[in-house]
Amino acid sequence: MIQLNWLLVLSGVLFAISVAGMFINRKNLILLLMCVELLLLAVNFNFVAFSRDLADINGQIFVFFVLTVAAAESAIGLAILVVLFRERRSINVEDLSTLKG
Amino acid sequence: MLVEVLFWVFASILVIAALAMITVRNPVHAAMLLVLCFFTSASIWLLLEAEFLAVVLILVYVGAVMVLFLFVVMMLDINIEEVRSSVTRYALAGGIVAGVVVFEIVAVVWTNSLGTEVAGRVAAHPADYSNTAELGKVLYTQYVYPFELAAVVLLIAIVAAISLTMRRRTGLKQQNISRQVAVRREDRVRIIKMPAEGGSKTAEAPASEKAP
Amino acid sequence: MTNTLNPNLLLVVPLAPLVAAMIAGLFCRVIPRKVAHWITIIGVAVSCGISLHVAGEIFLHDKPVFNGTVYQWLVSDGIGMQVGFLIDRLTALMMCVVTFVSLCVHVYTIGYMADDDGYNRFFSYISLFTFSMLMLVMSNNFMQLFFGWEAVGVVSYLLIGFWYKRPTAIFANLKAFLVNRVGDFGFVLGIAAIVYYSGSLDYADVLNADVASKIAGQTFTLPGTDGVNAMTFICICLFIGAMGKSAQVPLHVWLPDSMEGPTPISALIHAATMVTAGIFMVARMSPLFEFSEYALNFVLFIGATTALFMGFLGIINNDIKRVVAYSTLSQLGYMTVALGVSGYAFGIFHLMTHAFFKALLFLAAGSVIIGMHHEQDMRKMGGLYKYMKVTAITCWIGALALVGTPFFSGFYSKDLLIDAVHLKAEHDPANWIAHYAYFCVFAGVFITAFYTFRMMFMTFHGKPRFDTAPAHDSHAAAGHDDHAHGHHGGPPHESPWVITLPLVALAFFSIVIGAWTVEPLLFEGGFGGSIFVSEAHNVLPELHEEFGNWWSFALHSLAHPVLYLVIAGFLAAYALYIKWPHLPDTIAAKLKPLVWVLENKYGFDALNERLIAPLARNLGKFFWIGGDRWIIDGIVVDGSARTIGVIARFVRRVQNGFLYNYAFWMVIGLATMLGWFLARTLK
Repeated sequence: MIQLNWLLVLSGVLFAISVAGMFINRKNLILLLMCVELLLLAVNFNFVAFSRDLADINGQIFVFFVLTVAAAESAIGLAILVVLFRERRSINVEDLSTLKG
Repeated sequence: MLVEVLFWVFASILVIAALAMITVRNPVHAAMLLVLCFFTSASIWLLLEAEFLAVVLILVYVGAVMVLFLFVVMMLDINIEEVRSSVTRYALAGGIVAGVVVFEIVAVVWTNSLGTEVAGRVAAHPADYSNTAELGKVLYTQYVYPFELAAVVLLIAIVAAISLTMRRRTGLKQQNISRQVAVRREDRVRIIKMPAEGGSKTAEAPASEKAP
Repeated sequence: MTNTLNPNLLLVVPLAPLVAAMIAGLFCRVIPRKVAHWITIIGVAVSCGISLHVAGEIFLHDKPVFNGTVYQWLVSDGIGMQVGFLIDRLTALMMCVVTFVSLCVHVYTIGYMADDDGYNRFFSYISLFTFSMLMLVMSNNFMQLFFGWEAVGVVSYLLIGFWYKRPTAIFANLKAFLVNRVGDFGFVLGIAAIVYYSGSLDYADVLNADVASKIAGQTFTLPGTDGVNAMTFICICLFIGAMGKSAQVPLHVWLPDSMEGPTPISALIHAATMVTAGIFMVARMSPLFEFSEYALNFVLFIGATTALFMGFLGIINNDIKRVVAYSTLSQLGYMTVALGVSGYAFGIFHLMTHAFFKALLFLAAGSVIIGMHHEQDMRKMGGLYKYMKVTAITCWIGALALVGTPFFSGFYSKDLLIDAVHLKAEHDPANWIAHYAYFCVFAGVFITAFYTFRMMFMTFHGKPRFDTAPAHDSHAAAGHDDHAHGHHGGPPHESPWVITLPLVALAFFSIVIGAWTVEPLLFEGGFGGSIFVSEAHNVLPELHEEFGNWWSFALHSLAHPVLYLVIAGFLAAYALYIKWPHLPDTIAAKLKPLVWVLENKYGFDALNERLIAPLARNLGKFFWIGGDRWIIDGIVVDGSARTIGVIARFVRRVQNGFLYNYAFWMVIGLATMLGWFLARTLK
């Protein structure tokens, strides 16, 4: 039997890895978006785990919708990335600091 | 027993792939590693008897989203040398924060001893249990509105992506239908009076106003 | 005939000159001269007539004292401030003096200021002054008294600086106002203390023996001392105000400088009325002063010092107006001495007689100045008797009254004063101040006679010097009018009748007013309830026995040493200025240091100009630069802005537009929150 807390720890670890990935990576915008996907994956893990544990199908429904939104979001994110690359010819995140206070 | 062993194998591959993804230099490699992550997590979900979602994960995420990522990665003319991951600079800070988050999650999960209670909680499913059918039963009845909204969200995503990236080719003559329709008489016709140009006296210069 | 005075009639007294002043002042550019002077003269004449009528009612028909409120201005914290009148004998007397002298000066001004551009403005000012002085003397509460006090100060400022294009005039009027201000500071403290102890500003509530004795029983905690008797504190503060207004040492420095103003106002303000406001005020406050020995002694000392030492300064001065000014200072000292020995009645009596003869002397001096084509230096005069008979004769009458010639008015007031001081010194042998005062007023008689006769001899008699240029150039003491064209040509001429008529009127009163009023005013009924003298201090009954009546007192003076001092002064002046005119210079050369001290006016002006005024200015500058600019502008206003800027610049760095940092901080915040919840649940 796969225990619930293993699954939760796994999802937590994935979450932490993706967060660390966001900080460590400074040069690649695409990697940033991929870390977001990983983040959402970790969250989905959580939902599925609890859905199985509580025998509630609603958890999986939610995963469904998270998937949908994640897809939409990555599409738009990549579109922005493309336009940005056209303008700046660089995907270095550190260059995106024109919102300086 | 087998289930648990499989779970541990897949889980470790998943974690290692994730770690590798954030540390490799080549973005194409990173994308591939993310694909591996998705595959292994789909396997784990299969083990958890959520087979519909596992398959949807592969189809949608890997099949569509990751392909999109790969398209973009390969389309952008990225200079690999510039995209060296500056791991060493912020590794410490990021690592510490990540470690703290993991520790907190583990602390929450473990101290409440969720593990021991769960063993007896999960009911086995009957042999003809169809995850897809169960999902469908709920999705098209209770969650019809969110379902439609999700469709709208996807539509918005399409429109947004296109409108963001669409480029107009310059130097190309195109018709602007709305401008054609909105034209006025004054923009096209101008009546001027002119004396007749010498010649026969009988013919009159057709300088009359045309009926509008 | 009602038994009380009609309040409406009383209201006309100050208002008539006020209305005239406003018309003459506000329309001074459009109305012709005749209108200006007629309107103001009519206003003051009406006031004068009513004042005489009121005085008659009060003194002759024994009408009761009128104490009423005309207009309640406001009530604050239980203290009412109103416009009200208190008409008793003291007030009635003052009203008559003020209005009569003012009327004489108004008529005189028609001639004196005939060729001045500011003719209308001048009339407006002197009428305004009359109004202010009347409000002061007629008031029945401290607020109105203070209003009148300040108002006369303001008008005095306006009048001293009447020829405002002259720098000396502006210096003088500012000096007058500022020195007055110092006095007013003490005055306000005194009034505040009165309100503090009695809770009221009305005379009726404060000026009676019961309230005063209660206050005298209390101690005022002055920081730095063990505590001072409340009444002493109040009286000394009030007297400081009187010192400023009545030019007692050391706040006397403004009076000689005030001669920069035209002569009519020197007569009106700085001889007869404004400077006597302080004397009047102390007499009015007699119920308070009687309860403080210290205050009385203080008054006595200051008065005696002023009386004697200011007289000395009159000896060496060469400007005819300034000699009369120092004479005024000295006589004010005499009045103050009278107040100090609790002889308030004597002080007021001398105030009245002095008003007449001093105004006469000033106006006569003005007549001489006009006759000499605006020459004021006595060294350039001499032998004017045959050119200006009327002026000379009236001036002699005034001079004789001033020195105290028997039968003249000044004789009665001065000699009675000296006798009162003598009695006080006898009653109180341990009091060295009383003895000092007696010495001062006694010696002052000689000095007064000397400088007065010196002035008369130098101006009207002896060899005419106005055709010759003087040996040394114009002294700082001799001021020249704006119109001096430097011409000494043309013989001096008598002044027109508008000038000589007031001289004659004042001369008449200088002779008779003393003998006329000495008995009713001082001995028979006197001032009634207006002046309060405690039993221990009262010298009046004793003096009455010595006095007899006016005729016998005059004859009695032949046996009195005072008369011989006067004669000695006459002889000394005659010797030095008629017989042997070269003597004064030789004596001055022998006594150089003494002359130097006198010429520098005992150093008071130097002290003020070099020490006190720069001190005040530097204090102001310190507060301006240090307090205002540095602290308020720099630290509070700019400093707070700058601090915000510094903080903002520091905080701004957080918003570096760098997405990663934002996300980083978000996660750290999340981790912290989680940790906190964790810690809570784990406890």
